[in-house]
Amino acid sequence: MKHYLTLLSHEIRMLLVSPSTYVAATAFLAFMGFIFTEILSHYSKSPQELSPTHVFFELFWLPVFFMVPLLTMKCLAEERRLGTIETLLTTPVTTTEVVLGKYTAAYLLYVGLWGSTGGFFYILKRFSGDARFLDPGPLIGGYLFIGISGLLFIAIGVFASSLSRNQAVAGIIAFTLLFGLIIGMRSLGEATWLAQGGMASLRDAVDYAQIFTHRDDFTRGVVDTRHLLFYLSGTVLALIFSILGVEAKLLHS
Amino acid sequence: MSDPAAPAIEVSHLVKTFGGVTAVSDISFNVARGEIVGFLGPNGAGKSTTMRILTGYLPATSGSVKILGLPVASRPDEVKRRIGYMPENNPLPEEMRVSEYMYFRGRLKEVPRRILGPRIDEVLEVCDLKRVRHKLIGQLSKGYRQRVGIAEAILAEPPVIIMDEPTIGLDPHQILIVRDLIAGLRGRMTVIISSHILPEIEVTCDRVLIINQGRVVAQGTPGDLRRDIFGHSTYELDVAGPLATLPALLSGIEPTLRVDQQQEPRADGFTHLTLHTGREDDLGEALVRELLAHGFRVRSLTRVHPTLEDLFLAATRRSWDVVAPPSPREHPA
Repeated sequence: MKHYLTLLSHEIRMLLVSPSTYVAATAFLAFMGFIFTEILSHYSKSPQELSPTHVFFELFWLPVFFMVPLLTMKCLAEERRLGTIETLLTTPVTTTEVVLGKYTAAYLLYVGLWGSTGGFFYILKRFSGDARFLDPGPLIGGYLFIGISGLLFIAIGVFASSLSRNQAVAGIIAFTLLFGLIIGMRSLGEATWLAQGGMASLRDAVDYAQIFTHRDDFTRGVVDTRHLLFYLSGTVLALIFSILGVEAKLLHS
Repeated sequence: MSDPAAPAIEVSHLVKTFGGVTAVSDISFNVARGEIVGFLGPNGAGKSTTMRILTGYLPATSGSVKILGLPVASRPDEVKRRIGYMPENNPLPEEMRVSEYMYFRGRLKEVPRRILGPRIDEVLEVCDLKRVRHKLIGQLSKGYRQRVGIAEAILAEPPVIIMDEPTIGLDPHQILIVRDLIAGLRGRMTVIISSHILPEIEVTCDRVLIINQGRVVAQGTPGDLRRDIFGHSTYELDVAGPLATLPALLSGIEPTLRVDQQQEPRADGFTHLTLHTGREDDLGEALVRELLAHGFRVRSLTRVHPTLEDLFLAATRRSWDVVAPPSPREHPA
């Protein structure tokens, strides 16, 4: 792990000097700002049961579907396409260090982008002067959920990037995997055929992997260690597969 | 630690197959410390694959590779600390500046921070890159990019340097610079370079390895190879006189000396002849004396030195004969 910090600082530096990072950040904030304003205008028309914070985090999947593939599709696919992975792996660095460095940099950017949406709530509080809009419980819970689920989502994106040398293919794989995990698991959870006798244990597993339920728990202020374990173990698994993905490509290149 | 007496590179019975296709089949060779070795072969001969296995980037299917006595397969980390590698096509990150890239690579190669700055200055100076050190690599011309790759390979002063076609795409002036650069490493570092530019190899390298279809077909100094592959010397002669008596006269000088090719006599009476002999030492003087003594007029006599190009062609063609079914007509080589 000697070179992890060298690789990480290199990756962050590359992100900071690259104009595309700022373009992505601006577009992301514009998009999230649009959602936020829509929610607020909806609230101004008629009274609602839930706080705007709650609804805002309810829509987390929308940015996840496009931001995560875009942020991660480049990381390993580009290295392989340019051949720089060869110069990288012939220095005394291990594949694990390379994958972890890229993963951490992408995760920090993801969290940073989400963190900047905190400004919306500040602006709302400042100009409405009404503390009711800023419910600290759901806010903290929501950001905690974003931070922890982001670990897994970014790891899935990195894994997709390790599978292909083509960025577009990597992006589509990442999108499909995330879609399957978030939406696919929800529709599986609603499927009636799973509720039948022999499938009961499978049903339990599907129920455990309901990301929407996790989100509800987090925004209600319930931090369940089972949820943490789900995301952490998923992250570790996805990263191990990414490392294997890079090494398998070397064996068969 | 590495064994101080072990050769720099030791390859024995190396085999690499990709999904049933044999890229490298049973290659064995040694490279002594401080030696500069040229690695020649036609496209697809297995040069790049062999080099990648040497660096530990690709695993071998069978056989063993040792760098400074360290087996690459079981101790890749220690081997990677001792090599500088410049891959084929020299991949570089486009969006970094030259000095940034050098710093990053130096840190990855575990050059201590304290000496990294002066070392980068030194390497940029040696490779004539000082003027472009703050430029983006993506904006550099091919020649500069090649030199960035070479600078990067020698940055950490590794004892073994492996370069895959370092002079490809350079103009003659830059080739000269790279040649001097590599020659400057002689004795301090072991260098193995592959190239298509044969005169380059001949000038810079102590020894040449020619591989074809995954096999070593010839190895040795360019002089040794000439003897091994051609096994004879060739003379070119412009004479006028009683040509019918020539064969007898020639075998009087040296039994293996014979006329190989004879052109039609020209209008001025001179004929161009090509002579072959198995003798290595120069027969020129004896030849001129005998010819003059027997009434020939000699206008020119040249001993032909086969270039590395001829060697390369002969060696790769010879291996083709070995691999392909024997043709009815044997090649003279």
